[in-house]
Order: sequence, then structure tokens, then C-alpha cells
Amino acid sequence: MSEEIITTGAERRELISFRVGDQEYCVDIMAVREIRGWSPATTLPQSPGYMRGVINLRGAVLPIMDLACRLGMPMVEPTVRSVFIVVKAGDRMIGMLVDAVSDILSITDDLVQPTPDVACDAVRSFIRGIISIDGRMISEISLDRLLPEREALAA
Amino acid sequence: MDELEAIKVTFFQECEELLADLEGGLLAMQDGNDDGDTVNAVFRAVHSIKGGAGAFGLEPLVRFAHVFETLLDAVRSNEVPATPDLVVTLLRASDVLADHVSSARGLGVVDEAVSAAMAAELKACTDPNAAPAPAAVVEAPVFEAAPVAAPAEALIGADDALDDDDLGFDFQPMTITIDEQAADVAAAAGNVWTVSIRPKSDLYRKANETALLLRELARLGPIEATLDASAIPPLDMLDAEAAYATWTVRLETEEDETAIREVFEFVDGDCDLEITRGEGLTPDAALAALLAGDAPAAVEAAPAVVAEAPAPVVVVEAAPEPVAVAPVVEAAPAPVAAPIAPAAPVAASAPAAAPAAKAQQIDVPGPGQSVIRVDPERIDRLIDLVGELVINQAMLAQRVGEYGIAPSSNLAMGLDELEQLTREIQDSVMAIRAQPVKSVFQRMPRLVREVASMTGKQARLVMDGENTEVDKTVIERLSDPITHMLRNAIDHGLESPEERKAAGKNPEGVVKLAALHRSGRIVIEVSDDGKGINRERVHSIAIKKGLISPELQLTDEEIDNLIFLPGFSTADKISDVSGRGVGMDVVKRSVQALGGRISITSRPGQGSTFTLSLPLTLAVLDGMVVDVAGETLVVPLAAIVESLRPKPEEVRPLGPVGSVLAVRDSFVPLIDVGLTLGYREASPPPTEGVVLLVEGEDGSRAALVADAIHGQRQVVIKSLEQNYQQVDGVAAATILGDGRVALILDVDAVISLRRREPPRPVEPTLIAAE
Repeated sequence: MSEEIITTGAERRELISFRVGDQEYCVDIMAVREIRGWSPATTLPQSPGYMRGVINLRGAVLPIMDLACRLGMPMVEPTVRSVFIVVKAGDRMIGMLVDAVSDILSITDDLVQPTPDVACDAVRSFIRGIISIDGRMISEISLDRLLPEREALAA
Repeated sequence: MDELEAIKVTFFQECEELLADLEGGLLAMQDGNDDGDTVNAVFRAVHSIKGGAGAFGLEPLVRFAHVFETLLDAVRSNEVPATPDLVVTLLRASDVLADHVSSARGLGVVDEAVSAAMAAELKACTDPNAAPAPAAVVEAPVFEAAPVAAPAEALIGADDALDDDDLGFDFQPMTITIDEQAADVAAAAGNVWTVSIRPKSDLYRKANETALLLRELARLGPIEATLDASAIPPLDMLDAEAAYATWTVRLETEEDETAIREVFEFVDGDCDLEITRGEGLTPDAALAALLAGDAPAAVEAAPAVVAEAPAPVVVVEAAPEPVAVAPVVEAAPAPVAAPIAPAAPVAASAPAAAPAAKAQQIDVPGPGQSVIRVDPERIDRLIDLVGELVINQAMLAQRVGEYGIAPSSNLAMGLDELEQLTREIQDSVMAIRAQPVKSVFQRMPRLVREVASMTGKQARLVMDGENTEVDKTVIERLSDPITHMLRNAIDHGLESPEERKAAGKNPEGVVKLAALHRSGRIVIEVSDDGKGINRERVHSIAIKKGLISPELQLTDEEIDNLIFLPGFSTADKISDVSGRGVGMDVVKRSVQALGGRISITSRPGQGSTFTLSLPLTLAVLDGMVVDVAGETLVVPLAAIVESLRPKPEEVRPLGPVGSVLAVRDSFVPLIDVGLTLGYREASPPPTEGVVLLVEGEDGSRAALVADAIHGQRQVVIKSLEQNYQQVDGVAAATILGDGRVALILDVDAVISLRRREPPRPVEPTLIAAE
């Protein structure tokens, strides 16, 4: 897994990596609250297509986002193996629907390369950087941009 | 230190209440209600603030409160007549006092010039014959005249010179008995002092508190306080407002006598004080017995002492005293408290006891107290838990229903009972959190005064329905919209006094703030008797700013409501008060976020009325559970007039796509909920579904078409915004018995979603970060 990576003095972080389609992504483990099996969500009207709806997470209403769709890829019907990762983004909790969780990585920030200049806007704004480990390419997701901005309610 | 901070927090909480009482009392005086009770209440409020502030060493606050109190005391004793002008001055003084409190709390700064001017004005009012006091004299801190190290004579002298009109605190020379011999003994034994405190009834009448004095003493060093309750007469002879008790305190301290004496600065003259160096024993036999630990003897001796007792003695609030003493006294002799206990019921009748007794509640819960303070988080937790209980109970009922158990069976009946109990628990818990809107309303008179003076208008605030109760979650969020609406009413609504005179109106405008319950919601109305909305101007501004298209024909009502559009501001000039572009649109959005609505009606020349309606609670809701296009939705019961299954002849097409429902001679537009919310592309014929006849906030009716009705249920409101954002057409979410999330329909939004046509001014759309 990650033991062979040599530290170079920089602070170590742990990431959870997961599969979306045939691509690999990851998020900081500190943001992850839990990982749960897929259960059908209640559809939200007037919502962007990537919002799968909301589910009941122990009494709280949790929005579920289809990560593939959010990243501009076609929406895939969830299977029994699909999971959602509950993450804390700012002061909100959201569930990200992904195909499967792969493993936990321990990295230092110098392993993170800047996102290459690809055409897709969604990718450019949601990917913090790319990590290369054992020939795998894993993109780190920037959580604070994933959810649509809330309306400013300051009076 | 933490403990002190905690007490300080409590003090500031009380200050808020006292300031509210103060303002309430002054407003009552303004309305001509200047009986003794009101004036006394006003005086006590200021006095209590001063007393507390003194204990925490909040000098500027004490100084101002003192000047204020002095004047109030003069008013109380009818030396200064309570003229309307004076009451206005007092009201302004209360504002300055509030500023001082905020400043002491670290929230904001007091404008020293304003404060000094106000103090000078108060001084001038107190003594109308004296020349207006120069600011320097006012600034001269009355309370700094009692420096820590000053000898008693100097203290008295300084006080006489500086503060000849101090009616609240008469500093009088006192008898000090210093036993040379005892002092010598004490010097050998360490710094031991014996302080004997015999409060006079005046001490309690001025809302002072022996417990506080003891606490202060304890700060100087370890103390051992002994209460001599022997002078307390039998209950039937007891005068509730008299003072009977004497405390003897053995104090070990490095401080000198002046420091000890300083503790009694506030009660000087109101109690007999003896400070003796060493283990001095008073000649009182009962007391001696007590000190020796021979309590029964003391109690036995008591009746005899009563007969001899030369001085009027204790106990205005007998009950709180032993309670407050408890934490201070290291080894409280148990029997001492006992003789006092029977006096407790009497204490309730002593008016002066109230503020002091209140102070006790927070520190140590005492016997017979009727109010408890609870951390709101505990209540919130309880409400969350009850919410889960309601969901769980619904789930259970649903499961049992699925097994096809007869409604008459024991199990089903037990479940019914459980449901009732759950509901009762929920109602009771919600009632704990319900509060009168008073707490928000009472901040408004000051706002009105300030805004009126800032805009050069004359405004009188009339409030109604302050005792209307609403859930705490709602109360907290009422303040901002009300503030905004009131500012708006005075700044934009009311005319200047000249304009009003010219229009034949009273130069003083009336702004009315009212709260009432209406069909399960709380309605807040802010109305003014000003000029009303200038529709032509509003219309032309909206067109100029590109908010609406010029061709659009609008009704009067629609024009009035243009002021809620983002970026709309009608002020001729940008004023400090309400013309900063953050206008009514912000208010509208924050109100909508609470599931509330705001609207305005206006009559030219007669004024405008803002109506704000909010749910009574943001925690539960009675709803009708319906099926729409495979989704389960909850329609708030408050909005539903009736539900029916339409007959084919009642559904009439109107125009190319629309259709209406004939309901007893009137025609109501049919709205397919599934279509409006985007659940389906085409609506099935309404005759196959169920129709819910609903009434919007503005009284408009609509017929919502759903596929099926599941029945009525109380649901727990869960916020969508907490983790997501507001969704058009959806008020909130809830969790059903099967554990799934169901959405609660926002009836008005659904009606207006349907009504909305492209050229119409639209609501701010959701910003989707695409």
C-alpha cells in the first residue's frame, strides 16, 4: 500500500481513494465521516442533475451527489457494490456516490502535482491536484467547491 | 476565577432583564402610569445593576448608574416630579445605561461625551435649584472617592464634599469598637478579624444582599460565618419586611481594616457593623453559645433574646439567605438554618426580596424556588430526542399496520395510546421552548427613538400582542426582520413633521408593531400612518433599474411588492438608516428561509402595513402525507382547506393547457404538483387523483392534484439548508416511519411557481455553481 513511500520532512496526510467509473479519486481522510452502502434517495425537485436526492442519516437529511455526474461523466445506475462517502465540506455534510472505495493512502504534499490543463471546467475546478503512486493516477477532490453555493442569507 | 466569570455572565443576563424592566417601567410612566410601584421598579432595576456592577468593579457603569439612581430616588420620593419631559430624559438615560452595560460586557464602546452629558443632565434634573453641573464635577467619580487605603474619616469627608445629593447611599459616621487587648491577642494569633453584621431593614429595601457581602468577605480570606437567628420572632409575630438576623464572621486575612470596611461600602449606614481585630466575642449570650457550637442552647435562648432585642432585625428574604450562605460558610452549623425555614413562605410577599432572590437562583438552587434556568442546549437535545421518538413511533405504527392487525386489538390500542403520549410529550417539550415575543419587542422602542431622531421625524411606537408565544427557534430570528421593517416604516413610511402638518395629520407619526397567532402561524405586523407607497415612483424606479419590463401591466398590489426585488431602494438620498441597498429583498429572503412570508399593503396618504408570517415552531408540523409521481410528499395541514376527489364535470379546461376546478360556484386553478416540481412531464387527468384545496398566505386558492392521500401525520421538520440549500417549492424535509426522507411542500411557492411566467419579475433563482 503506502509504506514504501519515503517521507521528505513534509507533513504526512492520509487520503481515502475510490473508483468512479474507471478513474481513481481521493479525498482527505479527515473530511470523511463514514462510508455507507447505497440506499435509494428521495428526489429533490428543481435540482441539478448530479443531485441524487436526500437520504436519512440517523435523523439528519443528507444530500447525495453523484460524483461521476458532478465531474461531467455519464450517470451510472448504482449497483449493490456502490457506496456513498459521507464527507464534511465546510459546515455541511454531503454524501458522494462512488463505485467503490479502494484504499487508504499516506502521502506528503510534495507528491501532489498540479492539475493538468484539461478542457473540462468541472475537472479543473473540482480537482485539487493529482497524485501518482505505483503507476496509478489518483486525483484529489477539492470538497469545498463540490456543493452549489448557498444563497447569502445575511440580513 | 472561572466561577467569578460564570457569575459575571449571569450578572449580564440579569442586566438584560433589568434593562428591559427599566425601559418597560419608563414606558409605562410615559403612558401616565407613574404610581409608586412602577417608579419603585424602575429604581430597583437601576439600583440592582449598580450593585452588581460594583461587585465586579465595573467603574464607569457604577458611576453612571449611580447618578441615574440618585435622580430616580428623588423621583421616587416625589422630590422631583415625573414630568413627561423628565421621563423622556430618563428613557435616553436608560439607553446610555444599556450602552454602559454592553461596554462593560466588551460589546461596543460608550461614547464618553454622550455619557458625561447625560450624567450632567441627570444631575441637573436631580437638583433643579443648583446651577447645571460643569462636566468636570460630573466626571469626578463618586465612587473613586472611596479609595482602598483611605482612612474612614477621609472617606466620609470626601463623600460629604463630593456627593451631597447622594440619596441612595448615605455615608454616615459609624461606631467602630476596637478592643486594644483583643487586637494584641489577634496579632499574636495571626490576622484574625471578627466582623459582626447586623443589617437594618433598609439594607434589604435597597435590594442589597447579605450573601453578597459574605461572598465579598470570603474573597479577602477564609471566613467562618455564623448566623444568629435568635432574634427571629415566631412566625405570627414576624414582620416580613423587617430585619432580624445578625452574622458574625471570623475572617483571616492579610488585608487591613479599610479593605474589610470597603466590602460594606454599598450598605454603609444600612447595617450595624462592628469590625474587631482578633477572636472578639460579642456579649450576646445566644451568639456566644452558637460560636461555641452549642446550637441547641442558642435556639433555646432565642425567645428570651427576642424580648430584649433592641434593634429591628432580619429577614426580608429568609429563604435565599441560608442558601446563599451555604457555599461560603465552611462549616455551617446545621441547626442555624432550621429556625429560619418556616419564615420562607412569608418572604415571598416582600417586594424588595425579588431582585435579590433572583440573584440567588443561579448560584445555588434553593428550596421553594419557582424558576429554573436551563442550558438551552439541553432542551434542544430533548426536542431532538422527542423528534426521533415521534419518528420511531410512526415507524412502529406503520410496521404493525403492515401486519394487518385489527384496530381493536390490544396491540393496536396500545399503539394508539403511545401515539397520544408521544404527542403530549412533544407538546410539553415544545412548550418549554415557547417564549413571548416580548424579548424581541422590548428592544424596539429604543430603535424607534434612535431612528426617529436620526431622520428628524417624530414617531411613537405602539406595541400589541407582546405576550404572543412562539418557539425559541423562531424568536431568535424575528429580531432582524422586525428591525428592518421598523426602520423602513420610519425612514420611508413616515413623513417629516412639517409634511404631516401640511397634510393635516398629527406631526407625531404612529408606528404599530403587533404580534398575533393566525391559523397556526405567528403574524407580525408593522404598520405606519405615513404617506403610503408612491406607486408611480416605485414603478418607474423598477423600470429604470431594469427590474421589470416597461410594457408589463401590474396591479397596485404587484407594484407595492416590487420593493422586495433585489437591488431596489427608493430613498431619495442614501441615508444612514435604511438606504444602503440591503433592502427589503434581504429581509424577504431571510424570512423565506424560515418558511415565512412577507408582504406589504399600502394606501396612499394613509400608510403601509408590512405583514410577516412565520411558522410557530421550526420543529414540528401537522401535515397530510400524499403520493405524487411515486414520491411521498407532506402538505402542511394549515394550508389545506379540504380534500376531494374531483368529478369529471367539475374539471373545466381553460386556455391551451390550463384547467380549473369548479368548487361550489367558484373556479380554482388546478395545479399538478408532480408537473410543477418536475417529477413528471405530463399530468394524468385530475379525475384519477385526489385534489387538495389549499389556501395561500395571501388568501388565493388553488387545487393541488396528487395521486393518493395516505393520511394525516405530525412530522418533525428537518432542515434541507443545513446540508444543502433551499429548494424552490419545498419548505423542508422530514423523515417518515419507514426511515425515508419525505419533502414538505411549500404551498405558496408551488402556487407561484405555477403562476410564474417569463416576463414577470422573478424571485432570485438558486445559484447553482455550474
